[in-house]
Amino acid sequence: MSLVVASQLSKTYRAGDVDVPAVRGVDFAIDAGAFVAFVGPSGSGKSTLLNMIGCLDKPSAGRLTVLDTDIAALDRRAAADFRGANIGFIFQDFNLIPVLTAYENIEYPLLMVQDWSVEKRRARVTELLAAVGMSDQADKRPDQLSGGQKQRVAVARALATQPKLVLADEPTANLDHDTAYRILELMKKMRDDFGTTFIFSTHDPKIMGEAEVTFALEDGRLVNAGGAHA
Amino acid sequence: MLKVLKLAARNLARYGRRTLLTAGLIILGIVAVLVFVSVSGSFKNLIVGQITDSMLGHLQVHRKGYVASIDNLPLNLNMKPAQVEQVEQALRGMKDVVAWSLRLKLGAMFSNFTETTSIRLNGVIPQQEAATVPLLAQRLVQGSAANGLVERGKILIPEILAKGMKLKVGDTVVLVATNLDGSVNGKTFAVQGVLGDVTGPGGRDGYIHIDDARELLRMTAPEVSEIAIRLKDPAHIAQAKSELEQALSVIHNAQGQPALEVHTWEGLTPFANIAHMIDLLDLFIRIMLVGIVLISVMNVMMMAVYERIREIGTIAAIGTPPRRILTLFIYEGLLLGLIGTLFGTALSLGIVYTLNIWPVHFSFARQVFELAPSIAAFDVVMIGAIVLVVAVLASLQPAWKAARMDPITALRHV
Repeated sequence: MSLVVASQLSKTYRAGDVDVPAVRGVDFAIDAGAFVAFVGPSGSGKSTLLNMIGCLDKPSAGRLTVLDTDIAALDRRAAADFRGANIGFIFQDFNLIPVLTAYENIEYPLLMVQDWSVEKRRARVTELLAAVGMSDQADKRPDQLSGGQKQRVAVARALATQPKLVLADEPTANLDHDTAYRILELMKKMRDDFGTTFIFSTHDPKIMGEAEVTFALEDGRLVNAGGAHA
Repeated sequence: MLKVLKLAARNLARYGRRTLLTAGLIILGIVAVLVFVSVSGSFKNLIVGQITDSMLGHLQVHRKGYVASIDNLPLNLNMKPAQVEQVEQALRGMKDVVAWSLRLKLGAMFSNFTETTSIRLNGVIPQQEAATVPLLAQRLVQGSAANGLVERGKILIPEILAKGMKLKVGDTVVLVATNLDGSVNGKTFAVQGVLGDVTGPGGRDGYIHIDDARELLRMTAPEVSEIAIRLKDPAHIAQAKSELEQALSVIHNAQGQPALEVHTWEGLTPFANIAHMIDLLDLFIRIMLVGIVLISVMNVMMMAVYERIREIGTIAAIGTPPRRILTLFIYEGLLLGLIGTLFGTALSLGIVYTLNIWPVHFSFARQVFELAPSIAAFDVVMIGAIVLVVAVLASLQPAWKAARMDPITALRHV
C-alpha cells in the first residue's frame, strides 16, 4: 500500500517577476515501511519535494497525497496538526532546542505537540534513548553533544510520537563519513524496529547506496528511480 | 500550561543578562511608582487630614450664598434655628456621620489695650468642635484644652497674633464686633491657648464659646453660620454629600429655592487643587511605568523572536500548534513582567518600611511634617496587574509573528 503518492506534481516559486520551477511534473509512489532517498545535486528539487511531503509547502500543480490525505487541501493549522500526528522530521543542522536536554528534546513533541501523560512520556523517551544509544547522555544539552550524538537525539525526537513517516533533509550533510553511516544504520534499524517509513534526501553518492529505493532528481524532474515504482 | 511556562522560563534564562536588564528596568519602574504613590499619598493624607481634622471637617452646611461671601463673614446669611434643627435631624439619620459642630463665625476687632487688629472668630460648642475636628486641640502650642476646648469667657488665639501682639496664656484681650443691626459691642476675654498656624482657610482663626459669640453679637436667636461634619470614612464624602443634599432639599427659602447648600472640604480650600495635582502626577508616573514595561518587554520579545527564527521553524515543522507557539512567547513576556513585579514590589515595600523606621521630615507652608508612607494593598495589586497586563500586551505582536511564521522560511533563516 502506498503511503505517499505524487501525480504530475509541480512546484514553482516566484522570484521577483520570474517564475522558478523547482519541481516539474513528477510522479512517484512510496510504500509504507520503505527506506527511500531523493538524490541529486543542489537545486534539483529534493528539499522542495520533502517540504511538500511534509506538508510544509503546497504544490503549484498536480496532486500529492500522504496517508491518503490531499495535502493541498490542508490549511495552516490542519497541516500543523497533520504533521504533529503523522510525520517526524530530521534536519541537516539537527535543530535541537538549545535550552532542553537530550531527554527533554525527545520529550518535546510528546509534551508540546501531543499531550501524552507523564508515565507514557517517560516510558517512550527512555525507550528511544536506549534505541539510539543515548541513555547515558540523557541529561546533556545540545552544546554538550557531538554532531553524531545530536543527530541521534534528532532521530529519536522524530520517532517520539510514533509517526508513520519520517522525513530527513540531508541528515548526514554535517557529519563525518563514519558518523553519517552510523546515523543511516540507526535510521534503518528504527525503520525495522518501529515500522516507520523513512524518506531522506542527499547529494552524497556514497550515502545514496544505503537507500532501498532511490529517486534521482535533476532540474526538478525525476531522471531515474532505483527499486521504486516511479 | 505549566510545561509551556517551564519552557518559557528556560528561554528567558538562556539570555540571562538581557532578561536581568529588562527585569531591572521593570523593577526600577515599579519601585519608582510604588514609592512615589506611597510618599505622595502620605503627604496628601497628612495635609488633607490636617485640613479636615483641625479646621474644616469633611462636609459643611451653610445657608445658600454664605460661602460665596465667606470672606466678609456676613451675619445676615446665618442659618435660622429652625433650619439648624432640620439639618441636625437629617444628620442624626445618617450612618456615615460621627459628629458635627455648630459654628457662629464673625469678624471682630482684637485689642490687647495697646494695639488693635482684626481677627476672624469661630464661636463653637467645645465638645462638638473637639469631636468634629479632633486635631484642633493638638494645634495648641500654648495653654491647654482642659475643661473643654474653650471655656466661657476665654479665647484661643492664632500664634501669629500672639507673637505679633506679645500675648501669652492668661492675658486679657478685648473683642469688639459689629452686630447685625450695625451697633457695636465689646467684651473682654482671657487667652486660654495659642493655636499653631496651619495652611488653609481658618488656619489663623480664633475660637471662643458660641454663647460668648452670641453675647458679643447681641444675638437673640441661636443662629449658626456653618455646620461642620465629620464622617466615619472620608472615602464616603461624595455619597454622604449627596445623601445630605437630598435630605436638605426640602428646606426652601422665600423664593422657593433650596435654602441650604452642602460643600465638601475640597470645595472650601485651594489645597484641593494641590491634591488633584498629586493625583495627576500619580497618574502620569503610572503611565510612564506602562511605557517602560511596554517598550522594554516588546523590545526583548522582538529580539527573542528574531534570534530564534530557525528554532521557531523547527517547532512549527514538527507540528507545534500555532496557538502554543503564541502562548510560549506570551508566557515569556508574562514571566518577565512577573519577575519585575515580584522583585519591584518587594524592594518597594523594603524602601517604604525603611522610610517608616527613619522618617523623612519636610516643611510645607511653615509647617514641618513627618512622612509616614504606606502602600495600600489595592495599589500593590493594581500596579502589579498593570505591569502583567502590559507585559502580555507587549508580547502579543512578537508572539503573533512567531506563531504565524512560515516554517520553511524560518528553517532557511541564517
